[in-house]
Amino acid sequence: MTRPIAKNMEIPVADGEGERYSLRMGPQHPATHGVLRVDLELDGETIVACTPQVGYLHRGFEKLAENKTYAQTLILTDRLDYIAAMANNVGYCVAVERLLGISVPLRAQYIRTMVAEMSRICSHLLWLATHALDIGAMTVFLYCFREREILLDLFEELCGARLTFSYPRIGGVRQDVTVRFIDELQRFLDIFPSRIEEYETLIDTNRIWLKRTVGIGKVTGEEALALGLTGACLRGSGVDYDLRKHQPYDAYGLVDFEVPLGSDGDIYARYRCRMEEMHQSERIIQQCIDQLPPGPIFGPDAPDLVMPNKAPARIEAGTNAYGTGLIKLIRDRNLYLTGDVYVATEVPKGELGFYFISDGNNRPYRMHIRSPSFIHIGALAAIAKGELIADLIANIGSLDVVLGESDR
Amino acid sequence: MDILLMLLWIVILFAVVMLHVAYATYFERKIIGHMQVRLGPMRVGWHGLLQPIADGIKSFFKEDIVPENADRPTFLAAPIICLVAMLTSLAVLPFAKGWVLADIDIGLLFVFAMSSLASYGVVLAGWSSNSKYSFLGGMRSMAQVISYEISMGLSLVGVMLLAGSLNLSEIVEAQGDRFLGMYLMPQCIGFFVFFISMLAETNRVPFDLPEAETELVSGYSTEYSGMRYAIFFMAEYIGMMVMASIATICFLGGWNGPFPVPFFPPLWFVLKIYLFMFLFIWIRATLPRYRYDQLMGLGWKVLIPMALANIVLTACLKAILD
Repeated sequence: MTRPIAKNMEIPVADGEGERYSLRMGPQHPATHGVLRVDLELDGETIVACTPQVGYLHRGFEKLAENKTYAQTLILTDRLDYIAAMANNVGYCVAVERLLGISVPLRAQYIRTMVAEMSRICSHLLWLATHALDIGAMTVFLYCFREREILLDLFEELCGARLTFSYPRIGGVRQDVTVRFIDELQRFLDIFPSRIEEYETLIDTNRIWLKRTVGIGKVTGEEALALGLTGACLRGSGVDYDLRKHQPYDAYGLVDFEVPLGSDGDIYARYRCRMEEMHQSERIIQQCIDQLPPGPIFGPDAPDLVMPNKAPARIEAGTNAYGTGLIKLIRDRNLYLTGDVYVATEVPKGELGFYFISDGNNRPYRMHIRSPSFIHIGALAAIAKGELIADLIANIGSLDVVLGESDR
Repeated sequence: MDILLMLLWIVILFAVVMLHVAYATYFERKIIGHMQVRLGPMRVGWHGLLQPIADGIKSFFKEDIVPENADRPTFLAAPIICLVAMLTSLAVLPFAKGWVLADIDIGLLFVFAMSSLASYGVVLAGWSSNSKYSFLGGMRSMAQVISYEISMGLSLVGVMLLAGSLNLSEIVEAQGDRFLGMYLMPQCIGFFVFFISMLAETNRVPFDLPEAETELVSGYSTEYSGMRYAIFFMAEYIGMMVMASIATICFLGGWNGPFPVPFFPPLWFVLKIYLFMFLFIWIRATLPRYRYDQLMGLGWKVLIPMALANIVLTACLKAILD
């Protein structure tokens, strides 16, 4: 015999239940969706204990926000859940509007609903792609990216950015939609249902897919509520909770859609929920296009929150950019109410909440983000315990976590 | 003189097989690419035709990193074991009538022995890397190969009974040159079991658990780099070809085709192998991956009983018909 297998490995303790060992999965691992680290205690391939570790992507957004005006903080929300940045923007704007008491014109509300739902489809497509890849179905990955590309092109057409949009603004949206945008969005909506069918033919009735997802990662409705799950993870367990329906914001109260519910609470139920949500999102977008009213795209009391003050034709060298009014934003506004507000919106991952404490200044005294990914990662420990490593990977994918949002 | 001639044949076979291995990777990438609405390699040469050559040169000149805590001699030897075992099994394959290096009477057993030996390479690679991912990959591979070796061996017993020989050339000749003579029909259960075991034996999707990238990073080959990493892939592709050859010989009538080809007798054999390679790739592009315990369940609870039933059935039929 040469030297033993592991000179730096802990000596396994024989406790009658088999030899246990620890495995650090991540932060660099192909299936941890970013920089999630999971400390595993394993007995063979069975997970005895699972401790998720977050913080590798911490950028201190909540603290940063205390030193930025409300309009400036908007760009930070792009970087929360970077897969569905539009939905975060909308969530943030809705929260600040409620804090400042700003009204949003109907057209802007419809546009924001539309882009938020496009974002939801984007996010769900990326989720399906990576989730399928985690389970080993490689082809679905590229099919999903094909459709996601169309949506990203649409976003580019709308506001020039493909990932970090900052398109919705406090009190409205930045620019109006163009006819071309609506046309191309309509073309996407026409093909999209058939594309969802295409994904479903690949995996929905596949025996291996069913074996890997049905009955795995089970969470009952009560457990899901106790763990704080939201979004499709909660609805997959049969709990009817969707902020779009039950606390409508923007134009969600004006459009007709259903909240798809699962019953089993396993990975397959969550998968079906999200697939149905894509159909519902498509319905919402279609109604937004049909009902889109004419009118202004930002409220009368918030133009300087939407666009910077009128830019000068040329900025002289050496002048202070603030002085030119270009980045003036809302520095001069000092008429805010004091108090606190918690406003939650339904983003693709779940319930994204913003909590503000205002001391009357033009920046929040404290901003807290209730991020669904963070809470879902916390639930991972309870869900994955007793299952196999392969199930852990499927569970991470199924909970749909984004580390940018979790670590914020 | 005989030895020299033999050596020449070995060199030719080696060169042809290695070329096939190189271009099997190309076709795999190309076919999967087109199945996934993308193009696959396009940059090196016309439609990426020189890509395998470029890959080979790249991996040849890459640094061969040996982890500090690895068991050095075993770590270095493991990929070689894989490759040598796979290459050796080529010796007994009859590519056409008389086109075989070693026409031995236990050809089928020899191939099994060699493919089992190759799994030692994988297990040792996982063991000696001294990494937990590699270790898990090696363990999975060991369990998988042991389980599926059994179902694979049992699935071929029917063929052995029908042909009355373990010599691969004789198995082909026993099937005759007519379409109906192929053992595919009388041995359809055997073929089904063999085909699934073949996927598992070569660690291909949906049984690619030893190298499941989303679970074990890259399984047993996680710590390997450069040429040694490439050698594992060569061994895998040669393994695929050997298994495809066995399937062709035992079930599809070997080199026999609808009509004989005058100048290149192995043509039908080669085409049948390509068909199997395409199936391997097609399956990879379509199916998700099994879980480890489900794989074991499938092997022991479904395939082995089926193969055993097939043996009994074949033996009974043979006894009745004779």
